[in-house]
Amino acid sequence: MSLTPVGLEHYLVVSAALFCLGVLGVILRRNLIVMYMSLELMLNAANLALVAFSRFNNDLNGQVMVFFIITVAAAEVAVGLALIVALYRKRQTAHVENLTTMKL
Amino acid sequence: MQDAFFYLFAALTLLCGVLVVWNPFSRNPVTSAMFLVLTIASMAGLFVLLHAFFLAAVQVLVYAGAVMVLFLFVIMLLDLKEETRRKLNRFGLAAGVISVGALAGIIILTIGKSGVGANLNPQVEGSTRSLGKMLFTQYLLPFEVVSVLLLVAMVGVILLSKKDLK
Repeated sequence: MSLTPVGLEHYLVVSAALFCLGVLGVILRRNLIVMYMSLELMLNAANLALVAFSRFNNDLNGQVMVFFIITVAAAEVAVGLALIVALYRKRQTAHVENLTTMKL
Repeated sequence: MQDAFFYLFAALTLLCGVLVVWNPFSRNPVTSAMFLVLTIASMAGLFVLLHAFFLAAVQVLVYAGAVMVLFLFVIMLLDLKEETRRKLNRFGLAAGVISVGALAGIIILTIGKSGVGANLNPQVEGSTRSLGKMLFTQYLLPFEVVSVLLLVAMVGVILLSKKDLK
């Protein structure tokens, strides 16, 4: 990356790198909680891209979208973690390789 | 000056993001959660650089505050000691890094070639005043629907965490 004046591309590159890190986390880590944290990383990368687009296109709608995404993500985290706790209570594990009930 | 801050915050965000996913010193989920807090905080710095002041505050309050407390609470609740002993599968590591690296390369090359960001004179300010005005006029219905969604999530969580699931 060259040291040109920081523009939309720079933010988008950071956002893309962060998203790929999230994908990598979901692929590599086998712990449900850490996988869930990587999902949050991906959501945050999308938020960063939306805020950057909103700033550089002089359009505030993108930031309203991010506001709604944050709200929905908070609800999603609450439900997801409750599911993980319920699963742990039944199976005593949070490791995906031990959760193969639906395997054919 | 602003550019220097951009590079500082971007480097911090990416470094802490790497440490969330793959930390060479500790495999403990608590460490991952702590680095996720740092990632989110430095991302709030990027939001401030983009003049999205309200969203930066919301990011710190909701993500670094509420969501991460929830994560840490669940990590403490579950017994995750065995995770610290597990090693990453070498073949899986190589395949994952190569495929995701290819994905990153494609996205970043596309961004470079697309020629977005010609506008170097942005003016929009994401202040609480302007965002609130939009939320309570143009986006009033989605705003109310989201409150119902939060209620539904709350009821669902209470149902899920009851002792005997039927």
